[in-house]
Amino acid sequence: VSASMVALIDDFTAPKIEYGDLAPLLVVFGAAAVGVLVEAFLPRSLRHPVQLALSILGIVVAGGLSVLLMVDEKRLIGAEGSIAVDGPALFTWVTLLALSLISLLLFAERSVDGGLSSFAGQAAAVPGSEAEREGTAARVEHTEIFPLTLFAIGGMMLFAASNDLLVLFVALEVFSLPLYLLCGLARRRRLISQEAAMKYFLLGAFASAFLLYGIALIYGYAGTMQLGGISDALATKTGGDAILLAGTGLIAVGLLFKVGAVPFHAWTPDVYQGAPTPVTGFMAACTKIAAFIGLMRVFYVAFGGTRWDWAPMIWVVAILTMVVGSIVAITQTDVKRMLAYSSIAHAGFLLTAFVGLAQGSSGITNGVTSTQAVLFYLVAYGFATIGAFAVVTLVRDAGGEATHLSRWAGLGKKSPLLAAIFAFFLLAFAGIPLTSGFTGKWVVFTAAWTGGAWPLVVVGVLSSLIAAFFYVRVIVLMFFSDLPAEGPDVALPGWQTTAAVALGLAATVVLGVIPGPVLDLAARAGEFIR
Amino acid sequence: VNIGWLTLTLLLPLVGAIAVMAVPKAQATLAKQVALGFSLVTLVLTAVIVVGYRSDGGERYVEEHSWIEAFGAHYALGLDGIGVVLVALTALLTPVVLIASWNDAKGGRWSEKSFFAWILGLEALSIGVFAATDVFLFYVLFEATLIPMYFLIGGFGGAQRSYAAVKFLLYSLLGGLLMLASVVGLYVVSAQAGEPSYLLSDLSQLEMSTTTERWLFLGFFFAFAVKAPMVPFHTWLPDAAAEATPGTSVLLVGVLDKIGTFGMLRFCLGLFPNASEWATPVVLVLALISILYGALLAIGQTDIKRLIAYTSISHFGFIVMGIFALTSQGMTGSTLYMFNHGLSTAALFLIAGYLISRRGSARIADYGGVEKPAPVLAGLFLFAGLSSLSLPGLSPFISEFMVLAGTFSQHRVIAVIAVFGIVLAALYILIMYQRLMTGPVRDGIDKLKDLNAREVFAVTPLVLLIVVLGFYPKPVVDIIEPAVKSTMEHVGVTDPAPEIPVTEGQK
Repeated sequence: VSASMVALIDDFTAPKIEYGDLAPLLVVFGAAAVGVLVEAFLPRSLRHPVQLALSILGIVVAGGLSVLLMVDEKRLIGAEGSIAVDGPALFTWVTLLALSLISLLLFAERSVDGGLSSFAGQAAAVPGSEAEREGTAARVEHTEIFPLTLFAIGGMMLFAASNDLLVLFVALEVFSLPLYLLCGLARRRRLISQEAAMKYFLLGAFASAFLLYGIALIYGYAGTMQLGGISDALATKTGGDAILLAGTGLIAVGLLFKVGAVPFHAWTPDVYQGAPTPVTGFMAACTKIAAFIGLMRVFYVAFGGTRWDWAPMIWVVAILTMVVGSIVAITQTDVKRMLAYSSIAHAGFLLTAFVGLAQGSSGITNGVTSTQAVLFYLVAYGFATIGAFAVVTLVRDAGGEATHLSRWAGLGKKSPLLAAIFAFFLLAFAGIPLTSGFTGKWVVFTAAWTGGAWPLVVVGVLSSLIAAFFYVRVIVLMFFSDLPAEGPDVALPGWQTTAAVALGLAATVVLGVIPGPVLDLAARAGEFIR
Repeated sequence: VNIGWLTLTLLLPLVGAIAVMAVPKAQATLAKQVALGFSLVTLVLTAVIVVGYRSDGGERYVEEHSWIEAFGAHYALGLDGIGVVLVALTALLTPVVLIASWNDAKGGRWSEKSFFAWILGLEALSIGVFAATDVFLFYVLFEATLIPMYFLIGGFGGAQRSYAAVKFLLYSLLGGLLMLASVVGLYVVSAQAGEPSYLLSDLSQLEMSTTTERWLFLGFFFAFAVKAPMVPFHTWLPDAAAEATPGTSVLLVGVLDKIGTFGMLRFCLGLFPNASEWATPVVLVLALISILYGALLAIGQTDIKRLIAYTSISHFGFIVMGIFALTSQGMTGSTLYMFNHGLSTAALFLIAGYLISRRGSARIADYGGVEKPAPVLAGLFLFAGLSSLSLPGLSPFISEFMVLAGTFSQHRVIAVIAVFGIVLAALYILIMYQRLMTGPVRDGIDKLKDLNAREVFAVTPLVLLIVVLGFYPKPVVDIIEPAVKSTMEHVGVTDPAPEIPVTEGQK
C-alpha cells in the first residue's frame, strides 16, 4: 500500500499558481477570511472599526496591486488555465475595487439614521418584535456585512476573470450568496427586504441551474471547460450542433439574468427596492460590471466562432431590454424601482455594444471597439449609480427613506443642492451632453454601428428618448412642484455619504468633459485573451 | 491676430452667469446689473469680431485643439460669414432681452438672479453652437442649450409652464437623439476611411455611399426641422412661446430656433450635399406648407403670444425655402432673413410682452383701443408688426424678397404659391393690430400706462437696425455672400443662367 502511495505522490505535480499576478484576488479573499476571524474572536465593541479598517485596507491594497499589474500590461492565463489576467480583467478589477470602496463608505454611514447604519441590528429577530426593539436600543450591529461584502467583491473579480466555465460558476455563487444575504438585512421595512432577498435567492438559484446545465452541455460538446478549448472545439469539431446551441442558450440565460436583461429582469425592481439602499447601489454598479465582463468573455472567447448563431438572439434581447426597461420605468412611482428599470435600460444599451462585435477579429481596425465601449460605459454608469443611490439614502422621513416619488415633490425648494445633484445624475442617465452618460452612450452606439448593428442604434436613441421622459419627470417633480406641507427631511450626511456623492459627481463631470484618459485606458485594455 | 477671440466671447457670459449666481439673493438689482454688464461687454467683444471680420470666403478666428482623441473630436471654433451674423444676433439680443425683462422674473419659481444667470448661460452656449466647426462639439453644445432654455421656460412663465417646458424638451430631444445616431454614423464612416475626425473640414471631404449619405442626412435634417420648427414638428413652439416670459420667447425664437436653419445650411448642405439636393423637392414642399399653414393658424389665434409664435413658423418656412432653393440669392436671403427675423420678432414679442404685463392677459379679446391711453406702445407695436409682415423699406422686406426671387429662379411654382404667405402676413398682423389697438377703449384699458423709458430704450436698437438695414443692407450682405458662394460650390450647384441673352450694350 505504501509503495503505491509513494508512486501517487511522485505522479502528483502541484498546480502552478501565479501568486504575484493573482495577488489582488488573494488579498481580497484573504481580507474576507480575516474578517470572519475578527467576527469570531474580537469583542463586539471593537468589531465595527476593525472590520471597516480591514475592508478598506484590503480593497486599497488589492486596488494598488491591480493598478501595478495594469501598468505592467500583464496578459496571462494563470492558475492552470482557469483565470485570465488580461487587459479587460485588470480594468474591471480596478473599477470594481474603486466602486466597492465607495459602496463600503455608504455601508459604514451611521449619521443619516440617528447613529445607526442602514443594516438590521439583529437579522434573526422577527420584524416588529420585542427582540428587535431591544437590539436597536442596545445598538447592536451585524458587522458581518463587511466580510460578506469582501467575499462578494472577490467573487465578482474572479467572475470577470474566469477563463473556465467551472470557475465562472463558482465565482458566480461566491458573489451571489453574500448578496442574497445583504439584500435581506435592511433596518427599515424589513419585510420587504426579506422578501427581496428570498426572491433574489430563488430566482438566482434558478438562473444558476440554467447556467450549470448549459455548462454541462458545453462540456459534453467540447470535452473541456476552458474557454480557449471550447473555441478550438468549435473550429475543429463537426456535428453535435444541437447540444452546442442548447448549451450556448442556457449559458446565455444564466448570464443575462445577472446582467438584468429582459426577459430575465423580473427580479431587478423588487430586489433593488427591498435591499438596503447602499447595497442596491453596490449591486447596481458592481454586479452589472462583473456580469457584463463575464458575459462578454464567455461569448467572445469561447463562442466567438459561432457568433452568427447567437448574435440574433442577443439582438432580440437587446431590443427588448432597451424598450421594456424604458417604457416600464415610466409607470414607476418609487425612486428605487425607477432606478432599477433604468438600470435595465442601461443593460440594453450595453448589449448593443456587446452584440456590435466591433473587435479586431471581426476585421475592424479603426475606431472604438466593443470591449472599450463596454468598459467605459460601465465606469461611467457605476459612478453615477452609486452617487444617485447615495442621494436616495438622504431623503428621509419618520419611516426611513422616503422613496415614493410623490415624497420628492418640491425637493428643489427644500434642499436645492441635493436636488440639483440628483438632477445631474438623472441627466447623466438620460445621456445629456457634458455628462459621462452622454460619452458612454456615444461609445456604445458607435461600437454597435461599427459592427453593423445600426438598427440597434436607432432603437437605442428612441429608447433614450423614452428614458429621458421619466428622468425629466423626476426633475420636474423636484423643481417645478410645490413643497407639500409635510415633506420629507433631508438628512445631514456624514463624511462617508458626502464622499460617495462627491466622487460620483466628480466622475460624472470629468468623464463627460474630458473622457479621453479613461477611454484610452479602456482602449489599451485591448481584447480578451485566450 | 487671433488670441482666442471666440473662446473669450463664449466664456465671458459663462463667467457672468456664475458671477450672477454668486451675488446674494437679497441684492437682486445688483445681480441684474452684473448680468447686463457682462452681456454688454460680450456685445462689445462681438462688435470687435464683426468689425475685424474680413469676408474672403474662408473661416476666420479659427481655434483648434484636440479634445477627445479617441472620438476624433476637437474643440474647434471658427466663423464664416453665416456664423458671424448669427453670433452678432445672439450678442445683440441678449442685452436687449435683459433690459426688457428687467422685472419679468419676479413671479417666477426661483430667484430673479437665476433667470438672468440662465440667460447668460444660454448666450454662451448659443455663441458656441454658431462658432463650432467640429460636429461633435456642435452636437454637445446643441443639446446643452436645451438645459438653460428648459429651466427658463419651466421656471418663469405662465400657468402651463411645466407642461410647455417638458414638451419643448422632449421634442428637442427626439430630434437631437436621432441626430446622435447620425453623428455616430459619421464617426463610423470617418473611421472606416482612415483616422476618425469630427472636424467639419475633414468630414466634408468624406466619400460615402449614396444610401449612407441619405440616412445620415435625414438624422441631421430631422433634428433641425424640429428645432426650426417646421410643420409637422412645430406644435411645441406655440406652447413654449406662449407660456414663457416674452424675453425667453425672444431668445427661443430669435436665437435658439435659428440653430435649426443654421444647421441646415452648415451641416446638411456642408456634409451631405448630394443628399440635400436629393431631398430638395420634399423639403421645399414642407417649407411651403410651413409658410401657409403657420400663417393661416396665426390668423386664427386668440392669444397674442401664440399668434406671434405661429408667424415665426411661417417665417421659418421662408428661411428653409431659401436655403433649399439652392441658389446664391436664396441662401443669402435666408441668412439675412435669420438676422432680420431675429430683430423684428424680438421687437414684436417684447412689445407684446409690455402690453400683456400691463393688462395681465394674453387674450386678444381682452383688449381694444389701446392706441388712446398708450400711443407710444401702440406705435411701436405697429412698427414691429409692419416689419414682421415685410413692409418695403424695413429690413425683413429685403430678405423676404431675396428668398422669393432666389426660389423663383429655380422653382417657379413653389415661389408663386409662397407669395401668398406675404398676403396672409399682412392679414394676421393687421387684424391683430386692429383688434388690440383700435376701436373703442375697452374696460380696464383706459388706465393703461404708456411705455416707460427703460422699455422704449430696450427696443430702440432693434428699431434702428430694422430701419437702417432696410435701406442699406449691403454691409451684412457683403459678409454673408462669400460664405454662401463657397457653400454653393461645395454642393455643386450654380445659379441658373439668365434667360435673356446679355447684349453687347449691356455688358
